[in-house]
Amino acid sequence: MLKVENLSGGYDHQLIVKNVSFQVGKGEMLGILGPNGSGKSTLLKVMSGILHKSNGFVQIDGKLLEDYPSKELAKKMAVLPQLHSHAFSHTVRETVSLGRYPHQSGWFSTWSEEDEAVVQEAMLQMGISRYEHQSLDLLSGGEQQRVFVAQALAQNAQILLLDEPTNHLDIAHQKQLLDTIKTQAIEKGITIVSVFHDINLASLYCDRLLLLEKGEIKALGEPHEVVRKNLIENVYNARVSTSPHPEQPKPQVTILPDVHEKKDYQPITLKNFRVDDELVVFQSAYQLRTWSSAVINPGSGWYRTFVNRRVDALYNIDNVQIEMQEFLTNHGFSETETVGMMTAVYTKDAVIREYAGDFGSVVIMVTAGVGNAVDVSRAHEVEAFPAIGTINTWIIVNGELAEEAFLQAVITATEAKTKALTAESVIDPRTGTIATGTSTDSVLIAATQMGEQIPYAGPITEIGKKIGLGVYECTIEAIKTYKIAKGWNS
Amino acid sequence: MSKTTIGYILSVVTLIVAIWLGLSIGSVKVPISTLWNIGADGIATNIFWKIRMPRVILAGLVGASLAISGAAFQALLKNPLADPYTLGVSSGASVGAVATLFFSISVPFLGMYTLPIFSMIGAFGTMLLVILFAKLVDRSMKMETLILTGIIFSSFLGSVISLMIALTGEELRQIISWLLGSVSMRGWSYIQMALPFIIIGTFLLWLNRRELNAMLFGEERAKHLGVDVKKRKMMILIGGSMLTGSAVAVSGTIGFVGLVVPHMTRLLFGSDNRHVLPLSFINGASLLIICDLVSRTIIAPTELPIGIITAFIGAPVFAFIFFKQRKKGGV
Repeated sequence: MLKVENLSGGYDHQLIVKNVSFQVGKGEMLGILGPNGSGKSTLLKVMSGILHKSNGFVQIDGKLLEDYPSKELAKKMAVLPQLHSHAFSHTVRETVSLGRYPHQSGWFSTWSEEDEAVVQEAMLQMGISRYEHQSLDLLSGGEQQRVFVAQALAQNAQILLLDEPTNHLDIAHQKQLLDTIKTQAIEKGITIVSVFHDINLASLYCDRLLLLEKGEIKALGEPHEVVRKNLIENVYNARVSTSPHPEQPKPQVTILPDVHEKKDYQPITLKNFRVDDELVVFQSAYQLRTWSSAVINPGSGWYRTFVNRRVDALYNIDNVQIEMQEFLTNHGFSETETVGMMTAVYTKDAVIREYAGDFGSVVIMVTAGVGNAVDVSRAHEVEAFPAIGTINTWIIVNGELAEEAFLQAVITATEAKTKALTAESVIDPRTGTIATGTSTDSVLIAATQMGEQIPYAGPITEIGKKIGLGVYECTIEAIKTYKIAKGWNS
Repeated sequence: MSKTTIGYILSVVTLIVAIWLGLSIGSVKVPISTLWNIGADGIATNIFWKIRMPRVILAGLVGASLAISGAAFQALLKNPLADPYTLGVSSGASVGAVATLFFSISVPFLGMYTLPIFSMIGAFGTMLLVILFAKLVDRSMKMETLILTGIIFSSFLGSVISLMIALTGEELRQIISWLLGSVSMRGWSYIQMALPFIIIGTFLLWLNRRELNAMLFGEERAKHLGVDVKKRKMMILIGGSMLTGSAVAVSGTIGFVGLVVPHMTRLLFGSDNRHVLPLSFINGASLLIICDLVSRTIIAPTELPIGIITAFIGAPVFAFIFFKQRKKGGV
C-alpha cells in the first residue's frame, strides 16, 4: 500500500507540489490529472525520490521510502518516466532485461529461469516479442514506449508509477497498454499511480482520480466525483461538456469549441419540406440535433435530412435496415446525414404545419394510418405482428433544446397523439377499445440548437403548448384524411 | 554462436597476433621462439626481455586502461564523445607530470617514480575537484554539469601546462615528447608501478557493468531500476581515474584510444556494457600495441610519438561519431 502524506517538494527551493496527501490501496489504480504545469510529473518525481521533498513523507507498506535500500525499493516500486532520447542503442531484449536488475545480486549474478520467464511475459504483454533482437533506435516512439513499459513490468513490483504511459501511442495501443496494466491491477493486485493527459482515458481506467491545480489537490475521488463539468472547466480553463460512456459508468469529457464560423443559418420553415408520391423529405442547409426512433440513424445525433418513405402494405420488413439504406443511397441521400422512417400511408397526405411562439417556432409533420391501431393498456392481451409504423411524427424546433427538453417533447407529443386518436374514436379492432396509437409509431424531435434556450418542453411551457396543440391538430387532420382515403365512415 | 562469443574469440585472436607482431618486428628482428628458447642468442634475448616485452606489455596495459575507462565514462555520461579526457582527469595527470619536470621535484625515497606518482596525484586531485565543483553547481550532479566542469578544468589545466612549457628552457623537448605520449624505454619498473592500479580500476569498472547499462537510460531511470546512483557513479569515476591516471603516468598523453575502441566494439558487437567493457579492454590493448609498432617502424630508425598515430586514427573517428550523432539528433 502506498501512502503519501502532506508531501511538498520540487526543484531546489521552488515548491511545485504542495501538501499533497492520498493513499492508494492494493489493486487500486489512481489517475493524476491536471493542466500543463500543474505539477503532475513533479509529484511523481517527488514521490519516487528523484526530486527533493521539503515536507511530508511517502510510505510503502508502512515503511518510509528513504528507509528502503535502492534495490529493495526497485523491487517494491517500478517507475516509468516520460520517454527521453538516448545516445546508445540497446536491443529490445537487453532493455527489458534491465528491469530484472533489482532481482540480481552478487558479482557473477546469473540469469535465472524466472528472470527469463518474466522478461518474455512482459514483452508478450506489450506486443514487442517480435522486436526482441532489434535495436531500440529502429523502433517508433510508440514501440519504444511499450518497451519501457515492459521494462517496468519486468521489475515485478507491487507498485507501478507511470508518467503519461499512453504518450506516442495510437488508440489501439493505448487500449492494449491500459488493458494490460488494468488487468495486472485486478489479477495481481498491483497498485498503480499514473499521470494522465487525457481525462477520458483516466476516467475510463482509474478507480479514483486526483485533480491537481497549481501543485495542490483540487479534487480527489471516483471519476464521477472528479470529472464534472464545472470542476474541469474551472481547473483546465476550457469549455467542456460531460457525457456518459456508452459501456462503463465513467463520465467522459468533450471539448466545446469557441470557434464561430460565419454561416447563414436560416430558420426552419415549411419550405424545407418536399412531398412527392413516395417520400416526405425534410432538408436543411445545416445539421439539426436529432432524437428519433427511426429505422435509419435512430437515437441521437446531428442530421440534416429526414426521409419518410411510403412502402407497400406487403413490404417485407425482414431486411428493413439494409433495404432502406440501399434505397436512401440510391436516391442520393447521405448515409451519415439522413434519418429514415417508413410509412404505409400516402405521403401526399402528410400534414405539415408551422406554429410560432415567443421562443421561436415549431414545424410539425404527421403521417397517420390507423390500420394497426392498438390500445397500449391492453396490448398484453393480444398478440400483434410487427408492421410498418403508421403514425410518424416529426417535431422540428427553431431553438436550443436542453437534453431533458427532448424527452419532454416526446412525452408531450405522444400524449397529444393519443388524445387525437381518442377524439377521432380510433378503435383497437382486437379489443374493441379506444386505441392509443399504432403498433409501430415513430417520433422524431429535432432542434436547430440556435436562438432561444429552451430548458423544458412540458405542457406548462410555451413550446410544450405548441407541440401539444400542433401534434393534436396535425394528427386529427391526418387521421381524417386517412379515413377518407380508405372510405371509412367516421 | 552468438555475436558476443564471436566478439571475444576475434578480440583475443587479434590481441595474440598483435603481441606476436609487437614482439618480433623492430629494428632488430627477434624470432618469437626467443620466448621459450632459453639458449637463444644473447643479444636477441636481451632485446626481447629487456626492451620489447616490457614495451608491448606496457602498450597493452595503457591501451586497455584507456579503452575500458573510455567505455565506462561514455556510458556514465551518456555521451559517445566522452573520453577519459573529457572529465579533465588526464589534464590533471599531465599537470602533475609537467610540474614535476618544471620544478625538478624529486622526493628522495620515490626516486625515479616521482614523475608517475605525481601525475597520478594530479589525476586524482583533478577528479576530486571536478566532482566537488559539479556538486556545488548542482547537488544531484547531473551529467551535463559534470561534463561542463570537466571542460572548464581541462581548459584551465591546459593553460597551466602551456605556461610551464613557455617558461621552460632546455627541458622543453622532454616535456613535449612526454605530452605526445610514448611507451618506449619505460622498462619493467613502470609496469610494476602501474599494474596494481590498473587491476583495481578495471575491477571497479567491471563490478558496475550492469549499472552502466542502466545509466545509459539516464540517472533517473537507473535509480528507478534500483541502482544506487551516487555510490555507483563514484565507484566508476574513481575506477576510471585510477586507470587514466596510471596510464598517463607511465606513457604520457595518448588521446583517442578511449574513444575509438569502445565505439568500434559497440558497432561490431552491440552496446551491452557487460561485454563492451571486457571487449574494449582487450581491443584497447591490441590497438595500442599495433599503434606502437607502427610508430617505431614507419619511419625507422626515427621513432614517432605514439600519440600522433592514435590521433591520426582517432580524430576522423571522433568526427564521424560527432557527425552521426548530430544527424541522429541525439546527444
